[in-house]
Amino acid sequence: MVQILPLFIVIPMGAAFVLAMLGKARHGFVDWFANIVTGLLLVLAIRLTGVREVITYAMGKWLPPLGIVLVLDGLSVFMLLIVNLISFLATIFSISYMERFTAKAKFYAMFMLMLTGLNGVILTGDIFNMFVFFEIASIASFVLVAFGTENEELEASFKYNVISSVTSVLLLFGIALFYGMTGTLNMAHLSQLLAGREFSPGLLFTVSLLIAGFATKAALVPFHAWLPDAHPSAPAPVSAMLSGVFVKTLGIYVGMRILANVIGVTNISRVWNILLVLGTISMVAGGLLALGQQDYKRLLAYSTISQVGYIMFAFGLGTPLGYIAALFHLANHAIFKALMFLNSGAVEYATETRDLSKMGGLSERMPVTGITSTVGTLSISGIPPFNGFWSKLLIIIAAVQAGRLTYAIIAVLVSVLTLAYFLKVQRYAFFGKIKESLSHIKEVPVSMCISLIVLAALCLVIGLDAFGILKGINYPWFIRTIIEPAKEVLVNGTNYALTVLPK
Amino acid sequence: MLEYILCIILFAVGLYGVVVKKNLVKIIISFGILDYAVNLFFILLGYKRDGIAPIMVKGQDQAQFVARAVDPLPQALVLTSIVIGLGITILMVAIGIRLYDKYGTFDVMKMRKLKG
Repeated sequence: MVQILPLFIVIPMGAAFVLAMLGKARHGFVDWFANIVTGLLLVLAIRLTGVREVITYAMGKWLPPLGIVLVLDGLSVFMLLIVNLISFLATIFSISYMERFTAKAKFYAMFMLMLTGLNGVILTGDIFNMFVFFEIASIASFVLVAFGTENEELEASFKYNVISSVTSVLLLFGIALFYGMTGTLNMAHLSQLLAGREFSPGLLFTVSLLIAGFATKAALVPFHAWLPDAHPSAPAPVSAMLSGVFVKTLGIYVGMRILANVIGVTNISRVWNILLVLGTISMVAGGLLALGQQDYKRLLAYSTISQVGYIMFAFGLGTPLGYIAALFHLANHAIFKALMFLNSGAVEYATETRDLSKMGGLSERMPVTGITSTVGTLSISGIPPFNGFWSKLLIIIAAVQAGRLTYAIIAVLVSVLTLAYFLKVQRYAFFGKIKESLSHIKEVPVSMCISLIVLAALCLVIGLDAFGILKGINYPWFIRTIIEPAKEVLVNGTNYALTVLPK
Repeated sequence: MLEYILCIILFAVGLYGVVVKKNLVKIIISFGILDYAVNLFFILLGYKRDGIAPIMVKGQDQAQFVARAVDPLPQALVLTSIVIGLGITILMVAIGIRLYDKYGTFDVMKMRKLKG
């Protein structure tokens, strides 16, 4: 089992180098190669789901706290599963979609490099190593955003590059301060040493630098300016990856790991509320801004800001139920937002426009895209029996339980807002009579349909499974086997150190 | 102490440039300054006045060695960080050149295809 851990980093990184050299190879071969790699990673991630104990792998046999260590616990298993699932479906979607671009091998190479970064961030137990993987994923995403090399793409990529690199530098500054304070970089050891210290302004400053670092990646509202440009400019499968898992891994996962496991809730209880406030502001602002958009993908991007706000808000509640709700919404949002971005890609593929006012009645000619998009809409706006309903319900219940009644009411209202702007998408793009100019369009190729159907089916299956919540929070299979171990890690807090360091 | 103050000033200069300047090239240079300020800070953490290289020679007193040798770890880390900074800067410059080809100017205020 231990030998699997480095494979999550080695396989995509090796594949990236091979793909980079396959520039002249036939597209068919490149497609097969990339899909086999992501499929293999998905299989490995599924194999890990049953694992309950904490597995550590010391790189080069240097034991922690001296060497770099890979750590697999409930939270990592959960994130690995989501990341590799979405990346597999995104590469299947790319087979047909990326034919429009010339350099397919280069696209896959960058994609694999991004996947390396994401898997690395999830698995590593060393804070500087985390920064390095963080940057690998980021640099690959800058390239992917600029992949179309038109004016908009280049502009978006430059803006994204500058904003997120500056905050990465802040993150590095925070890590340097941590090193100065404790003299260690291993996260488990770090948390042990920090626990013994008094709360000081220096620690507060460090925490705020780190929060700036990951909040930018999570696009919480004061840090969100890059997202509505960058996500729509990327090719659709990449948008699905960026909105579906990139934001969550580099933003939310890193935040959870650092705040809950390294620094500890009790250590920074005075600043913990900032997460609630940031989350709520993002929730409301993202929703309101999405309402006014006419560009399909831009609307989805603003909706990502809003939904990530929900996750951060639920995490900020700091109760076990809040953690479950946050993780459940994280998984659900990854699935339906990936679905909706792939839908927008399918629409763009067929009609060659992203302007909602130029579409209309697409359901008639593109039944699969139309139906899956309806499923996505119902899920994200929280209509039973789809999965989004249950996670939003849990978030609201958790907020009420924690005594945050005002926030709970805001969360309900934003949910209505979400329904409003997604109904707008449905009405403009899919319902009604088809326009004259679009009468020649065809349904997208099979490989693209497969991704859409699988994601839509997952929305429904997880939603139906979650009916078990009525019998008890741990009754549904998905929550019991996948979310519960991840929640345990967060509840455990700084005891994380004891599970990682050798006895 | 003075080194740290200078380092923070350098950091502030870089941050000011990134936020205020409207020229692509100046933004890129400012980012470079910002990055180097943090690298410098990291190096200073391991710095000792009149320190020796952290290589232990045979027969050296261990306590004395620990007291005098500089901390090698920040240097190794900064090396990695410089390489990352290099990658980011190269990408920024490459995209900047492409943008110049498209618009014929380095002024970010004139690149307004995207709204907010």
